[in-house]
Amino acid sequence: MELIWDGVREAVRLLVSGDRAVVEIMLRTLAISGAATALALIIGIPIGAALALRRFPGRGLFVAAVNTGMGMPPVAVGLIVAMLLWRNGPLGGLGWIYSPQAMVIAQLALAGPMVVGFSLASIQAIPQRLLDQMRALGADRAQMLWLIIRESRLGLLAAVMAGFGAAISEIGASMQVGGNLAGETRVLTTATVQETGRGNFELALALVIVLVALAYAVNLLLTSVQQRRAA
Amino acid sequence: MDAGGDPGGAHLQVRGLRVERGGRAVLDLPELDFPARRVTAVLGPNGAGKSTLFAALQLLVRPARGELLLDGEPMARDAVAARRRMAAVSQDPLLLNMNVRANVELPLRLRGIGRRERRAEAERWLARFGVSELAGRHARELSGGEAQRVNLARAFAARPEVLLLDEPFTGVDAPTRLGLIDSFAGILADARPTTVLITHDRDEALRLADRLAVIIGGRLRQWGRPADVFSAPADAEVADFVGADNLWPAQLASFRGGVATYRTADFLVHAAAEAAPERAYVCIRPEQITLSPPTEGGPPTSARNHVLGDVRSAYPSGPLWRVTLDLRRPGAEMSLIADVSRASYEELALKPGDPVRAAFKAAAVHIIPRGAVPGDE
Repeated sequence: MELIWDGVREAVRLLVSGDRAVVEIMLRTLAISGAATALALIIGIPIGAALALRRFPGRGLFVAAVNTGMGMPPVAVGLIVAMLLWRNGPLGGLGWIYSPQAMVIAQLALAGPMVVGFSLASIQAIPQRLLDQMRALGADRAQMLWLIIRESRLGLLAAVMAGFGAAISEIGASMQVGGNLAGETRVLTTATVQETGRGNFELALALVIVLVALAYAVNLLLTSVQQRRAA
Repeated sequence: MDAGGDPGGAHLQVRGLRVERGGRAVLDLPELDFPARRVTAVLGPNGAGKSTLFAALQLLVRPARGELLLDGEPMARDAVAARRRMAAVSQDPLLLNMNVRANVELPLRLRGIGRRERRAEAERWLARFGVSELAGRHARELSGGEAQRVNLARAFAARPEVLLLDEPFTGVDAPTRLGLIDSFAGILADARPTTVLITHDRDEALRLADRLAVIIGGRLRQWGRPADVFSAPADAEVADFVGADNLWPAQLASFRGGVATYRTADFLVHAAAEAAPERAYVCIRPEQITLSPPTEGGPPTSARNHVLGDVRSAYPSGPLWRVTLDLRRPGAEMSLIADVSRASYEELALKPGDPVRAAFKAAAVHIIPRGAVPGDE
C-alpha cells in the first residue's frame, strides 16, 4: 500500500515541479500519438466513407480486414513495421528505424483501422434517404463529404477518441520500432516499462498516472465537444 | 405555356424514360411534360411508380434508358447544376442535424450565397410558413407538422425553378394538414415554380394542381386538366382510381347564410359551407343522392338540390344499384351517378330512358378549391 502511496506522491511531485525529463517525455508522447491520430483521421475517414457509401467487388473482404485491424496485437504491427524499416528492409533507405517517425507509422497502423471502422459504422448509420436529400439540396462531391462528416460527427469524434486511445496506450510496437532511446524515442509507455524493470515503481507509477491523466484530458476535451454538438 | 427560359419556372420534360428493378420496368414513360410554372399532380395508387419518378426527376436513380430535359437541356449532363435549379420535398421532412435556420439556409450555402443574404432569405421563408419562432430550435426538437413547414421553407429558400413534392402532407396530422395545404397553396400561387406534386390523394391534387398525370403500373395513363381527367377518364382503371363520380368544376354564384351556391355547366348546386372559394370543384358521393319519381314539385324533402334527369344506365354494384342519369335540359353535358338500394331501385321500377328526380342535401356537397395557379381556364 505504501508503495502505491509513494508512487502517487512522486507523481504529484513530478507534475508540480515540472520535472524536465517527464515533461519532455510527455510532450513527445503527445506529439507522436497526436501525429499518428491526425494521419489516421486524414486517411481513415475518407476510406471509412468510401466503404460506407460505395459497393464494389471485394468490399466485404476489405471491411473484414479493417475489423481484424481493429483488434490487431501491437506486437504484430511492431514486427511488420520494424521489418519494413529495418536497415536492409524494403524501406530501410529512409533510415527511420528507432526514430519518432517509425513510432508514428506503427501507431498509425494501429489507430488507422480504428478510425476506418468507427467512421464506417457512423456514416453507414446515415439513412439513404437523408443522403439523397443532401444530393437533392444541390451538394457537389466535396460538399457531400462535408455534410456527411457533419452529420456523423458524434460517431467520428468517437473515432478520434478510439484512434488516439489506441495510439497513446500501446507499448509493444513503440518499443520494437522506437527502441526507447532517451531523449529521442522514449515515450510514457516505454519509459514505464523500463522503470518497472529497474524496480523504480514510484517513478513507473508516476509515469502511468501522467499517461492516464493525459489520455483523460484529451478525451475530456473531445467528449465536451461531442456532447456540446449533440445537445 | 410560359417561355421555357423564364427564371420563375423551367420546363421539365421526360423523354423515353425507363427505370428497371430486377430486370423489370417499374417506370416506363415515353413522354411526359411538366409545363413551366404550372402545378402538375402525378396521381396514382401505391406501387404505381410515383416515388421512382420522384427519385428519377432528382437524378437519384440511373434509368435503363431515356433522359430528362430542363429547358431542353439534358439534366444528366451536369447533375449538380440541374439539382441546384430544383428543390425536393418528401413525406419525411429529412432535416439535417443542425438548427432550423441552418437547415433552411443550407441549400443557399451549397450554392455559395453569402451569409447575410441567406440569413435574410431563410427568415423570409420561415415567416411565410409561420415558423419564424422555431429558427433557433434544433431540427430534432420539432413536431411532425413543424418539421414539414421547415422542410417546405427550405425548399422555397432554394429559389427553385422546379419544385418536386412527394406526398408532402401525408405524414402530417389531419388538422395541421388542412392549414398547411392552405398556406402552401397561397405561397405556391405567388412563387409559381414549375411544380410536380406526387400524391395518391385526389383532393390534394384537385386543390393544388392545374394539370394531372395519372400513372398506373409505371405507365402514364392520362394527362390533362383535372376537370378533363375527372370528367372523361381515359380508361376504366383511371376512372376507378380517380373515383370520378359526380365531380364538377364550378364557379361561386352566391354565398349567404352558410349556403354557397355554385354554378356548374348545367345547374346550380347549393352547398353548406363555412367558406366558399370562387373557383372550386363540387363533389357529391353517389350514395348521398336520392331518386324519386319526377312528379310536379316533388315530394316534401329537406334536400336543397333537385335535378331532373333520364336514366341512361343502371347496373348492380355490390349491394347497391348504380344509376347514371342524363340531365333533362337541352344541351346538357353533365351526367349524375346515384347509388340506391336494390329495394328502392325495384320500387321505382327504373329502366333506361325513364325520367327521374335526383335530390341531395346541401350538407352532402363537398367543395374542393380549384388549382393554386390562376389564369389557366
